[in-house]
Amino acid sequence: MSHKYIKNFIKYRPLLGNLIVRDIKVKYRRSMLGVLWSVLNPLLMMLVMTAIFSTLFKSDIVNFPVYYLTGFIIFAFFSEATNAAMASIVYSGSLIKKIYIPKYIFPIEKILFAFVNLMFSLVALIFILIFTSTKLTFTALLFPIPLLYALVFSVGIGLILSVLAVFFRDILHLYSVLITAWTYFTPIFYPVSIIPHRFEWILTINPLYHFISYFREIILAGTIPGFRENLICMTISVGAFLLGLALFKAQQDKFVLYI
Amino acid sequence: MSENAVEIRKVYMRFNLSKEKIDSLKEFFIKFIKRQLMFDEFIALNDITFDIKKGEIFGIVGLNGSGKSTLLKIISSIYKPSLGTVKVEGSIAPLIELGTGFDMDLTARENIFLNGTILGHTTKNIQNKFDEIVDFSELFEFLDVPLKNFSSGMVARLGFAMATITKPDILIVDEILSVGDFLFQKKCEERISNLMRDGTTVIIVSHSITQIERLCNRVMWLEKGKIRMIGPAEQVCNAYKITASTF
Repeated sequence: MSHKYIKNFIKYRPLLGNLIVRDIKVKYRRSMLGVLWSVLNPLLMMLVMTAIFSTLFKSDIVNFPVYYLTGFIIFAFFSEATNAAMASIVYSGSLIKKIYIPKYIFPIEKILFAFVNLMFSLVALIFILIFTSTKLTFTALLFPIPLLYALVFSVGIGLILSVLAVFFRDILHLYSVLITAWTYFTPIFYPVSIIPHRFEWILTINPLYHFISYFREIILAGTIPGFRENLICMTISVGAFLLGLALFKAQQDKFVLYI
Repeated sequence: MSENAVEIRKVYMRFNLSKEKIDSLKEFFIKFIKRQLMFDEFIALNDITFDIKKGEIFGIVGLNGSGKSTLLKIISSIYKPSLGTVKVEGSIAPLIELGTGFDMDLTARENIFLNGTILGHTTKNIQNKFDEIVDFSELFEFLDVPLKNFSSGMVARLGFAMATITKPDILIVDEILSVGDFLFQKKCEERISNLMRDGTTVIIVSHSITQIERLCNRVMWLEKGKIRMIGPAEQVCNAYKITASTF
C-alpha cells in the first residue's frame, strides 16, 4: 500500500521541483534585486527592530540583532509556509479538475518554497553573526535540527489548514489574525524574562517558542539542548505532521468537488 | 496483467447539489442549527460496469449530461467514484482540455517542462522529446515568448503536442478535436491514428456519430448515467441514429 504512495511520489518529484522553480521565477521576475530580497528582508527587519528596541524600549537582551533574527527567521518561515499552503488547494482548481495530480504536492510545494527562502535568510544571519562578532561554538553546526523540526511542524499545520480552507473559506481570513496574535505570544523581539511567572505556560504550549529557543541555544548560548527539549520538539512536529497527513488523506478525494 | 486496459465495476457517482453552496463557517452553523443540511443529490453515474480491452478504440456517446465527462474523469483519477471500483492498467494521457497547467507568464520552453512534469514525465524524457514537440507544434521561433502572447491556436497546438508526444498506454479524447482549424484537426487525427496503430487504447467521447463510427471498434451509449447499450460500433451507432431521428 505504501509502496504505491512512494512510487507515485517518485514519479511526481520532478513536478515538485518544477513548481518550486516556477514560484521562484514568478516571485522575482521584474524585480531588480531579485533573489537578494530574501536576504535583504530579514536584514532590514532586524535593523528596524534593533533601532526601536535599543532606543525606545530598553531590554536586557545581550546581542539583540542575533536574538531577534533567530526568532524572526523561524517565525517568518512558519508564517509564510502555512499561509501559502493553506490557500494552495483552493487555488489549484485549474489543475486538479483536469488532470490527476497527487494533491499533497500543492501544500508541500509551497512549504518547500518557503524553506528555500529560509535558506536565503540564513545568509542574512551569517552576515549579522560576523558583524556583531558573535562567539560561535561547534553547536552552531547543529542548526539544521531546529529548522527541520520547524519544517516538519509546518508541513503538518499546512496540510491541516489546506484541508480546512477548502471547506471553510473564512479560515483564509481568520488565519492572518491568528498569526498576528501568535507573533506577540512568541518571544521574538522581547526577552523571555519579562513574561510574568503565571503566564509562562503560554510559552510552554507554543511550539514555535520551543523551536526558536532551540535555535537560539545552539547559536547564542553555545550549548546543546537536552533530551527533554528534543523530545518536546520531536513530539510536536511529528505529531502535527501525522495529524495533518491523516486529515489530508481522509478528505482529499472531496477537494475537487468543492473548489 | 490482464488483457483489459480499463475495468469498471458497479460505479456510482453522486454529487451533492446544495441549493446554496455553503463555504463559510457561519452558514454551516446556521444551517446545522436549522437542520437544513440535507443536500439534493444528483446521481451522475448509476451502476456502471464494463471493460475496455487493450488496444481497443472505444467510443462513448450520449446526450449532454448523460455522464460521459464524469466517467472519463473517474477513469483519469480526477474523481473518486462514490461507489464501485475502477482498475486502470497503463499510463493515461487525458485530452480533456488542452494546455492543462500552462502558466501564461512562462515561456513556451518553460511551459513544455512544467506541463511535461504535470503529465508525469521525467525531465530527461522531456528533453529527449523536446525537438519533436517543437516540430509538431511549429513553434520554433516562439520558444522564448511568454504564452500569454500566443494565439489560441498556438496554445492548442502546443497542448496537443505535449499530450501525445510520449506514447501513452491509454489516450482519452473528450471532444477537444473541435478546437482548431482544419489543418490542426487533420494533424490531430493523423497523430491519433498513429497511436492507434501502435496499440494505444483510445477512449473517444464525441457528438459526431460519423467520427465515432469511423474510428471506433466498440461503442457505449450512456443515457442519464446508465449504460443504454454497449457493443460493436456500427450496431450502437445505428441504434443511436435511429433514436436521434425520432426527435
